[in-house]
Amino acid sequence: MKIDFTLNGEQREIDVTPMSRLLDVLRCDFELTGSKEGCGEGECGACTVFVDGKAVNSCLIPVAQMQGREVRTVESLASNEMLSDVQQALIKFGGTQCGICTPGIAMMASAALEAEPNASRARMRELMAGNLCRCTGYQLIIDAVISAAEARRRHG
Amino acid sequence: MADFLQPQTLHAALEARAAHPDYLPIAGCTDVMVGFSHQAQPTGFIDLFGLAEIQGICADDGHISIGAATTYGDILKDPLVYESFPVLSEAIREIGAVQIQERGTLGGNLGTCSPVGDTLPVLLALDAQVHVASSKRGSRLVPINDFIVGYRKNALAEDELIVEIKMPLAPEGTQQYWRKVGTRRAQSISKLMMCVVGRLNGKDVEHIRIALGAVAAAPMRVEKTEAVLAGQALHEETILAAQDTLASEITPIDDVRSSAVYRKEVACNLLGRFLNDLGGA
Amino acid sequence: MTKPGHSFVGHSVNRVDGHAKVSGRAIYVDDISMPGMLHGRTVRSKVAHGTLKDIVFDAAFDWSDITTVTAKDITGPNFVALMEEDQPALVPMGGKIMHHDEPVALICGPDKSKVDAAMAHIDQQVDELPAVLSIDESRAANTLLYGDDNIFKAYTLEKGEGLDEAFAAADHIVEGEYFTGAQEQMYIETQGMIAHWQDESLHITGSMQCPYYIHNAMKSLFGLEDEAVVISQAVTGGGFGGKEEYPSMLAAHVALLAKKAGAPVKIIYDRSEDVAATTKRHPCLVKHRLGLNAHGEIVAADVDITFDGGAYVTLSPVVLSRGVLHSIGPYKCPTLRVVGRMMATNTPPHGAYRGFGAPQTTFAYERQIDKAARVLGMDPVEFRLRNRLNLGDETATGQILKNSVASEKVVREVMAQAEKEPPNDICMPKAVQDVKRGRGFALYYHGAGFTGSGEDRLKGRVAVAVNKQGEFEVRSASTDIGQGAFTIFTQIAATTLGVDVANVKVVQPNTKMVPDSGPTVASRTCMVVGGIVEQAANGLKEKLQAYGESKGLDCGDVLALAEAHAKDVGELAFETTYKSPPGIHFDDQTYRGDAYPCYGWAACLVDVAVDPDTYEVTVERCIHAVDVGKAVHPIIVKGQIEGGTMQALGWALWESVLYKNGKVMNPSMTDCIIPTAMEAPELETIIVEEPYPHGPHGAKGVGEIPMDGPAAAVANALQDALGKSFDVVPMLPETIAEVLKGGPA
Repeated sequence: MKIDFTLNGEQREIDVTPMSRLLDVLRCDFELTGSKEGCGEGECGACTVFVDGKAVNSCLIPVAQMQGREVRTVESLASNEMLSDVQQALIKFGGTQCGICTPGIAMMASAALEAEPNASRARMRELMAGNLCRCTGYQLIIDAVISAAEARRRHG
Repeated sequence: MADFLQPQTLHAALEARAAHPDYLPIAGCTDVMVGFSHQAQPTGFIDLFGLAEIQGICADDGHISIGAATTYGDILKDPLVYESFPVLSEAIREIGAVQIQERGTLGGNLGTCSPVGDTLPVLLALDAQVHVASSKRGSRLVPINDFIVGYRKNALAEDELIVEIKMPLAPEGTQQYWRKVGTRRAQSISKLMMCVVGRLNGKDVEHIRIALGAVAAAPMRVEKTEAVLAGQALHEETILAAQDTLASEITPIDDVRSSAVYRKEVACNLLGRFLNDLGGA
Repeated sequence: MTKPGHSFVGHSVNRVDGHAKVSGRAIYVDDISMPGMLHGRTVRSKVAHGTLKDIVFDAAFDWSDITTVTAKDITGPNFVALMEEDQPALVPMGGKIMHHDEPVALICGPDKSKVDAAMAHIDQQVDELPAVLSIDESRAANTLLYGDDNIFKAYTLEKGEGLDEAFAAADHIVEGEYFTGAQEQMYIETQGMIAHWQDESLHITGSMQCPYYIHNAMKSLFGLEDEAVVISQAVTGGGFGGKEEYPSMLAAHVALLAKKAGAPVKIIYDRSEDVAATTKRHPCLVKHRLGLNAHGEIVAADVDITFDGGAYVTLSPVVLSRGVLHSIGPYKCPTLRVVGRMMATNTPPHGAYRGFGAPQTTFAYERQIDKAARVLGMDPVEFRLRNRLNLGDETATGQILKNSVASEKVVREVMAQAEKEPPNDICMPKAVQDVKRGRGFALYYHGAGFTGSGEDRLKGRVAVAVNKQGEFEVRSASTDIGQGAFTIFTQIAATTLGVDVANVKVVQPNTKMVPDSGPTVASRTCMVVGGIVEQAANGLKEKLQAYGESKGLDCGDVLALAEAHAKDVGELAFETTYKSPPGIHFDDQTYRGDAYPCYGWAACLVDVAVDPDTYEVTVERCIHAVDVGKAVHPIIVKGQIEGGTMQALGWALWESVLYKNGKVMNPSMTDCIIPTAMEAPELETIIVEEPYPHGPHGAKGVGEIPMDGPAAAVANALQDALGKSFDVVPMLPETIAEVLKGGPA
């Protein structure tokens, strides 16, 4: 089945089995290996991508449903080598350790900051609850995301 | 290769359903895709995700109606739902996490009809009706209690699709209570869910709905327990009697998520808590 | 450009791997593809104990593009070499299946989905044998799995004389029995490995903690020389001990498949296989007796420890050793006996997991200490302060603590923090009425580095070099598994060399390029290997300066010297070997002496809130003070402490591995749960620095200690909240409900 969709800003077409997981298509067919598989069942969030601007688990999406939609992956967060504020904060505040959950964390945090820029720490924990991390205990991840939110507020 | 149909109108979807009763209707796929490659594959799929005609929320005629393909994320953003049915918003907020809520739909939860479907006890307690349609036979309204038939089994005929879910607005003074007991606070499968909707007239129980999930093969209303309370004055003895009846009315099991003993005890505790709150409200 | 003499130690420079990780560019094993690469799968046993009679490949299936491997294809000794030669790479025909999900055959092919489909066409013929599924069944020894008593290893540790008399003279005796369950490491990246053969040499890349363990195992399995095996680490998505020994098994499998297929082979476990088959924290039963005098002092201790080792020896004797050595805790006790044993059972082998035996025995003694304070009517914190080990005191093994003791400091820091207002936005219980609240405390220590004379035997080696391009390289086999090893090595080397961190690169471990600095385990990477890095950097600097002097160059500018050397002469490397600090002696036979070169110290305070209806526990506050000697990189250290704390809280309250007939019943992230950000409290972390004179800049270990104590602090808090004794890990709501009803705890 032929699927047309926008991937990281570019129009793409691919001929695939319709029920193939979006995650596999991104990783294998488009060699975008930034999205990771931790569980394959929508628990860990390491495969988080944006579909039409919404953060979703790419391991639970049949690629056929991407027809005409806009998909963005972690590879699109930085522009011209310039990391996004969320990515920079994750480095600065120690929000990445082993790094396997980090692409998903960076994506979900970016979506959360767009949706609720004034979220409290407790609310940010809820927004980030679909992303499992085994290294950090989450404290430094929340520190990073909250600090990025504060910086956005300061700079208007 | 499995066939994959993407009808662009409800009419086309119903036609496709009638033509291919063996195809699986899908929406957000948050359940279908789990362990997908390890399961027997249907011969085809009818994709309903994003079908505009069965999306959206509206209020009319003393009801609020939610389109079957409305995502949990969109339901959460709707103030109408939160104001009228806070228990539904609370239940949805605890489903998976954001990424699941952006994909999962109310119709999907009803279609799958799992014993741990998180919105089902709420819909049961709210006396929801399921609007289903067929291309040949037109549409019908199925009371939720009749719609849920058994373990992962619903009353949808093989040429029907779920169109919307209608919930009657409750009279003034109706109280709603909800509790999901999961393995953790988010991304969790329920060990137990309970939704209570009730209204008192003075001390007397004028209206009572008690529904649970994960305590039997399918989410259920405990009508015997409700009967113990209906029309009675709500005091300590009636609450104890209701708890006793509840304990014998539900049939939870031991599984990897919890034990039958725990589920039963907690169900009784929560019922006591909610009824006391109702009495004090 | 930084001036010479600038120290990067103590400063949180940006992680060297940060940019690659946040941008999704870091290459993990599953991100690697090779031309002609095949996908492999492991055929696993379906019984816990039995004799493998035959493996039948369905004749009706098309096997033309599938390569199959069984034990018959193994020409060398069929063992995954580690401590004992007991664990086969594949169960041989006629051989014993010792646990559920044990590898019996391998398959690979070009089409992943066809390989998956082929799995359903392989049948095993097995004569099932009675299985030994618990510590009790193993000790009963009705079915023998190992030796004549099922005991893999036993240790006895004794101090003082007249234990019975000491108990007889005691004013109070506190007795308890504690059980802690298995725990899954649940690194977010599952295990994975790629192998290919080139000109009779074996190349393996994958997710791992210890490249030289795999190197050793492959040399033995294939009868190869050192140079014919090249093991390289891909960026590794977490280990926590789970990628210490198991990767050797997986490496054997990809290597066997690649050899037979004549093509590169990759195996990536899916989550269910990873949880079902790989090692976990050892379940452990501890019977603990303390004698107390009327002054509130501990006078005697009698401890009996039994670990469930699972089906093979793996590293279990070392886990037992650490469990035994930590079982009295950081407390003075003149007379004691500790008996520990490691039992064989037909469950998948238990293995390394952060803490390595110490969290299990720490749970027991910190429950005991709390109960002792209750019996005496003393404040639990005061009781601990009265009995704690201090400078000059003697540990259970008779080691006199000569330096670096922070037993009081960590307690005072925690108590001072507890006086402060809790952080904003703390995690609140769902219930609002009748919530039961309690506070619990724990004090503990953890030996840093290998036990006893382990480091002397290991002789870890590191090289620091100027490569041909004039860049500085740190060459060690210590892997960065997320804990920040490469960043701290960069800081230490740059500081010693007097150059900027940007001028130092840590080489991705590869056995062809780096000397064996020892495994990445045992809280030794910073303290021990970091020390070797410092010495090697010093040695290189001296050599460069000597070269500079001979050439009449400015010896103050090490970077310029390096560039000059690279240009004129080429590469220059300085390799050095670890030397134990003087005066450290341990007797492995009697278990007397200096068990560890030094100890980290920690205290933890936990506030819990228990839901009155559902018994769900919310951790409202968790204050953790951990002594690390010197925080080379404070944010990385904080991350280590907090990650360990959360794994410990997870173990205490949410995480359980369920077995039925020796099979893991919840092999998924959905059912074998770990905490989300909503379970995690606002962690209040205090870094305490009591320098270790022989560590780099005073640093000692940090990796494991935060795992040891929080579970006991939770149980102590639950007792405070509910007035009942909680002696089992995990303390699930179901368990709490049962204890409250007076049922079995």
